[in-house]
Amino acid sequence: MSNQLEIKHLNASIEGKAILNNLNLTLPQGEVHAIMGPNGTGKSTLAKVLAGHEDYEVDGGEVLMNGENILEMEPDEISRAGLFLAFQYPMEIAGVSIANFIRAALQARLDEGEELNATQYYKELYEKMDLLKIDRKFTSRSVNEGFSGGEKKRCEILQMSMLNPNYCIMDETDSGLDIDALRVVANGVNLMRGADRGFLVITHYQRLLEYIVPDVVHVMFNGSIVKTGGPELAKELEERGYGWLEAEAAVTA
Amino acid sequence: MSAEAETLSQIDRDKGNFHYETDYAYDAGVGLTPEVVDYIASVKDEDEWVREFRQKALKVFEKKPMPTHWASEDLNNIVFENIRYYLAKGQQPTRSWDEVPDDVKETFERLGIPENERKFLAGVEAQFDSEAAYSRMKEELEKEGVIFVGSTEGLMKHPDIFRKFFGKVIPIGDNKFSALNSAVFSGGSFIYVPPGVKVRQPLQAYFRINAENFGQFERTLIIADEGAEVTYMEGCTAPKFETSTLHSAVVELVALKNAKIQYITVQNWSDNVFNLVTKRAMAEEGAEVKWIDCNIGSRLTMKYPGVILKGDGARGEVLSIALASDGQHQDTGAKMIHQANNTSSNVISKSISVGEGRATYRGRVHMPKELSNCKNNTECDALLINTNSKTDTYPAITVTGEGNSVQHEASVSKVSAEQIFYMMSRGLDEGQAMSLAVNGFINDLTRHFPMEYSVELKRLIDLEMEGSVG
Repeated sequence: MSNQLEIKHLNASIEGKAILNNLNLTLPQGEVHAIMGPNGTGKSTLAKVLAGHEDYEVDGGEVLMNGENILEMEPDEISRAGLFLAFQYPMEIAGVSIANFIRAALQARLDEGEELNATQYYKELYEKMDLLKIDRKFTSRSVNEGFSGGEKKRCEILQMSMLNPNYCIMDETDSGLDIDALRVVANGVNLMRGADRGFLVITHYQRLLEYIVPDVVHVMFNGSIVKTGGPELAKELEERGYGWLEAEAAVTA
Repeated sequence: MSAEAETLSQIDRDKGNFHYETDYAYDAGVGLTPEVVDYIASVKDEDEWVREFRQKALKVFEKKPMPTHWASEDLNNIVFENIRYYLAKGQQPTRSWDEVPDDVKETFERLGIPENERKFLAGVEAQFDSEAAYSRMKEELEKEGVIFVGSTEGLMKHPDIFRKFFGKVIPIGDNKFSALNSAVFSGGSFIYVPPGVKVRQPLQAYFRINAENFGQFERTLIIADEGAEVTYMEGCTAPKFETSTLHSAVVELVALKNAKIQYITVQNWSDNVFNLVTKRAMAEEGAEVKWIDCNIGSRLTMKYPGVILKGDGARGEVLSIALASDGQHQDTGAKMIHQANNTSSNVISKSISVGEGRATYRGRVHMPKELSNCKNNTECDALLINTNSKTDTYPAITVTGEGNSVQHEASVSKVSAEQIFYMMSRGLDEGQAMSLAVNGFINDLTRHFPMEYSVELKRLIDLEMEGSVG
């Protein structure tokens, strides 16, 4: 079984409108890949399809996570199988504290009848928070309720580090963040980088990639990956914009 | 997991959905007639005044129309002629668990009663269909003069004190179902706490319907004498039968000067029980009554716990949670009747509607103009899970006079598909995600509840949400 996330010939649509068009991408564990591309090109759709969102129709192709096709699975099964989606717009859950939310998510990973060890859980939670430089008072607040943009993203990173996924999909995690929050997020990702984990960092701007240096950069356009290269590709996009891709895509098509 | 643990978790999943074939020594038969009412009085060997009280109540019941001009039309589907009004094995409630008949014992053991008694209760009463099967209280409380028995036994052994308060808070003609209960009542608890005695641990009663087409009509009367304190918890279950079952209880609380009563209900009826209950308390000077009322399950629940704030400075509170799943209607609320100066009342109601479930809040706050310095606070919050859910609020607030204050807040919120997706993307299945949202919604209320109760409530919500996922 190969330790990678393989997206093969993926086609997906919403309400009859095709968004992903024969998309191919392979993310091995241990690497950080960035996906860049103009607005409306299907980056967030890709993230949601990978996480199993029911509004999107998969019209063809497959997504193999360590050899297992996750397109057949429910969102919770995909999560428990080791994929984590950091949301662009995380949802509020009134009355549920961050500590209880993460605890419930970890409990859901145990066999029936098995109880999460509370002492050990809090120890680990506080260790991770210290590492991520998140105030401990944070855990008693309701999930994302009344949070600033930066706090929401911190909350996503904390969940990500506690759930210990094999693959992290980060959907425009940098949008709406000031430079300090951006550093916290990047710091979290960099701390979690390792041989057993792959990252797919979706972003519109090159800025985030100054803090999270990717191994591979993919350029997405009209629902497909049209170009793949090293970190220098991100800089090129920053300088030249996305306009030139249109011409290139027209030639390939 | 061991085989035994697995079996137990299966039982949990089905809630109280199991029943036993059992032989009854006393059966009033099907239907409601003066003869049936007489039969009940004779079997119980009741005094003449009780027999008259029952017969009078039957006439009131027959005369009163169904309250369908304001309540659900579904009430018309109750077929009174098809119901059995009294079923008993002829047992006296035993004081020893070992003496409880095996089939009854097994039922209550499945519901966890002996463990709870050992763990945190001061006394337990367990009612099987019409009569108590087991009733016991800690010895030290008995020495202090606390009485905790089934109402049948209370009526026999403590007639003076029983008669003094019986039917005084909720008269026969209060409503059609209080009249029905007054005609055929059997079982329920009778509690008397002498002046100044504070019962630290809760007393608990379990009500179990085991027979099909059976109506359970328990009657509970709790009296806390001056300065006394008591907490009472009740739990209700019934197996799921093909035909609907009726539960129509009357609960009267009397809190004398400076007394405190807390009454906690965990109701988990199967979804074809009509649950039509009248609960009311009277609070004398400086007394405090708190109803904590949680309604899960049933086909239709109509229940509006109330407090008559009769004495200066009395306080009343209703904290209620209603969960209406597919095909269920929770019609609940509260009544606060202010009759003296400086009285205060607080109502917090949280309802959750899932799928086709419907939740209704009806509240009544009455503060006449001759009173001064009275306060009421009412908060109704509704949570809708998925778009077909229905919720409605009918607050009736009569406040006249200056120097009285009333505050009313209502809110409706929704759990969206995106919120469920967010939670599922963290590994929770759909039922767990909904359950978490519901628990979050009621969290600010339940954290004031006794621990055992919140744990039980959370477990019931988990089961209900699991069941509501298609």
